[in-house]
Amino acid sequence: MTHPPYLHPDYASTVLRAPSRPPLEMKEDPEAAELTGPVFGHGEVDPLDADLTAGHPGEPIGERIIVTGRVLDAAGHPVPNTLVEIWQANSAGRYAHQRDRHPAPLDPNFTGAGRCLTDDEGRYRFVTIKPGAYPWRNHPNAWRPAHIHFSVFGRAFTQRLVTQMYFPGDPLLPFDPIFQSVPDPAARERLVSTFDLDVTEPEWALGYRWDIVLGRTPMEDA
Amino acid sequence: MITPSQTVGPFFGFALPYDGDWELVPEGHPGAVTITGRVLDGAGEPVPDALLELWTGDAGTRGALGRGGAGVSGFGRCGTAPDGSYRFRLAPPARPYAALLVFARGLLKPVRTRVYLADVPDPLLGSLDPARRATLLARPEGQDVYRFDVRLQGERETVFLEF
Ligand SMILES: [Fe+2]
Repeated sequence: MTHPPYLHPDYASTVLRAPSRPPLEMKEDPEAAELTGPVFGHGEVDPLDADLTAGHPGEPIGERIIVTGRVLDAAGHPVPNTLVEIWQANSAGRYAHQRDRHPAPLDPNFTGAGRCLTDDEGRYRFVTIKPGAYPWRNHPNAWRPAHIHFSVFGRAFTQRLVTQMYFPGDPLLPFDPIFQSVPDPAARERLVSTFDLDVTEPEWALGYRWDIVLGRTPMEDA
Repeated sequence: MITPSQTVGPFFGFALPYDGDWELVPEGHPGAVTITGRVLDGAGEPVPDALLELWTGDAGTRGALGRGGAGVSGFGRCGTAPDGSYRFRLAPPARPYAALLVFARGLLKPVRTRVYLADVPDPLLGSLDPARRATLLARPEGQDVYRFDVRLQGERETVFLEF
C-alpha cells in the first residue's frame, strides 16, 4: 500500500480526524466529475513565483538550493502544464504563519511559498533555501525533519496529491511519525529527494532532484 | 511507484489560499448558489485548519487562479475559519453534485466526498441507506444557500469515496 492509513496513532492528530469507516469504492462512471480536473493557464502563474529567494528587498538567510523533477502519471508519462505549489519553513525552521509559535527567527527576506506549472515534459523547478527542522508538540522532544510541502493537481481530480519532500540522510527521518506513517519502506523512500551534482550550479546553489508520480485515473488501463 | 500522500499540516495558510479562491463566480452572478457548512472532528469539534477544494467537473470560462472578470469557474478552494466553517459561491453545476476534497492537519491523505444539491435518482445515492445518503445531501437554507457539514468521524460520519 502506497499511501498512509488515515489512523496512525503515533501522529496524535489522526485519532479524532481519521474516518472510522473505509471509503466507499466508486463504481466506474465515465461521466464522473472527478475524472477531470481544473486546467491552469500560463497567464495565471507568474514565472517569478518559482523563485522563493526573490521578491523581497534582500536575499534570504540559508543554504540556496534548486529543487527540480518531473510530474509523471502511473504509466510513467509526463504530466505537462499542471500546477505545482510548495510551501516551507525558513532556514531556522520557522514558518511565516501566525500560528507558528516556534521561537526561531523570522526572515524578512523569505516567505516560503512558491508555485509553477510543469513544462511540456512535466518538469518543475524551484529555487529556494533549505528549510530547517522544527519542533512540534506531537510527543515529547518531537522534531519534524527538514521538508518542503508539495501540492500537485494532475489531469483528474482523482490524481490530486498533497505530500512532503524530504532531504537525503536526515537523521530525524526514523523518528518522524508523519514520514513513518507510510507503511511500505520502499514507498517511504520515494518521499526523499536525491542530491544531484548535475542540478547543482557551481558557485551558486546545491541541486536536489525529486520526481512525483501521481495515481492512475480510474478509467486508465495503467 | 506512486508518490505517497502526506498531511497538508497546519501551516498552509500563507501559501495555498488566494484572492477569490472560494468564488467560482463573481458576486451578483445570475443564479449563483452558496454552499456553506463546517468541518467537524470525531468529538464534534470544529476543524479550524482544514482546506477544502470543490470541483464541478466543468472548467468554465473564468480562471481557476486568476479570478478577475465575469464568467464561471469549476474550481474553488477555501480554508476553514476558526469555527470550522467554509463557503463556496458557484453556478449550479451541470451534474446533481459537486466533488469535494478535504485536506487537514491529522489527515495523512485527503478525504473526498460529493455535495449533492438535490436528492435525485443517482447510482451513488441509490446505493446508500437513508441515514448514510443524508450525509451527502446539502440542505437548502434560505435563498440560494445550501448547508453541507463534513463529519470526519463518528456516528454521522460523512460518506467518503475512493475512485
Ligand atoms: Fe511543515
